[in-house]
Amino acid sequence: MSHEDYYVKDDFTLVEKFDKDNVVVAKLDDLINWGRAGSPWFFQFGLACCAIEMMAAAGPRHDLERFGMMPRATPRQADVMIVAGTVTLKMADIVKRLFEQMADPKYVISMGSCSNSGGPYWQHGYHVLKGVDIVVPVDVYIPGCPPRPEALIQGILELQKKIKLDTPLRKKV
Amino acid sequence: MLDKIIDIINKKFKDSVLHNENSNYILIENPSNWKLIADYLIQNSNLKFDYLMSLSGYDLTNDKVGVAYNFYSTKLKHYLEVRIEIDSNVEIPSVAEIWRTANWHEREAYDLVGLKFSNHPDMKRILLPEDWDGHPLKKDYETPEFYNGMPVPKDKSYWE
Repeated sequence: MSHEDYYVKDDFTLVEKFDKDNVVVAKLDDLINWGRAGSPWFFQFGLACCAIEMMAAAGPRHDLERFGMMPRATPRQADVMIVAGTVTLKMADIVKRLFEQMADPKYVISMGSCSNSGGPYWQHGYHVLKGVDIVVPVDVYIPGCPPRPEALIQGILELQKKIKLDTPLRKKV
Repeated sequence: MLDKIIDIINKKFKDSVLHNENSNYILIENPSNWKLIADYLIQNSNLKFDYLMSLSGYDLTNDKVGVAYNFYSTKLKHYLEVRIEIDSNVEIPSVAEIWRTANWHEREAYDLVGLKFSNHPDMKRILLPEDWDGHPLKKDYETPEFYNGMPVPKDKSYWE
């Protein structure tokens, strides 16, 4: 499956499209989701070695910007939080507070074994949180130690699919 | 080389350092004049240990603790390891004023092993949160169940 297929096929369902006047008729839900999925700005912070892979993914070779992912250095402008690295207990409170400072709608990608489950520290570490999902709700888990940029991109595409299923104008059940 | 260094120190501080034939370090069991010895290590023209490479604390159990200093002389190109082994309630004079490296290293030794250093300029935890209970690298340390409401050991109920 090429990138084009993946990205375009499950875009919003057109009710009608008028080529001549540049007008489309669609559900507003779909239109909003299309906009949100097309520009999930991510929160620029890293905790450990996964952050290096995240930087590589954001760099020119893998280029996250083609998914509309722009790194933002403040939680108030970010939509997606990529928890890249070992979450220590000292950092867990800060991760939680940063997540609470993000504006809705907000999403969390847990990148790497450490933030998924504690990773190598899962049993005997006294200082590592055993999975970042204990403190923040996680949308996408990416396995790997650390995951390659391709894996991160796969996770981002999964997140985009999830965003497109959202119903921003209707009450959430 | 080590024998020569020990001779120089023992000439000045009458038998305050011990040395076992088979070991490559010198041992101090009474740290009361450690600050003076440390000053001598860096000042003496035949020692000149101007570089503190590492400072590590360790737990010997039975209420005994130790601290190891690894020195190097960038001028005379020789090494020295000094160990202080004492009861855990005895304070070790801080050498942070002599080697600036010791400042953070002593804080780390306090943080993880619970060593006590006297006259340290800024003695507080360096790695763990300020409100952490206990010193995790002590042999008798037990991992707490919770920290700030977060489970510390792996809680299986999250999986099942």
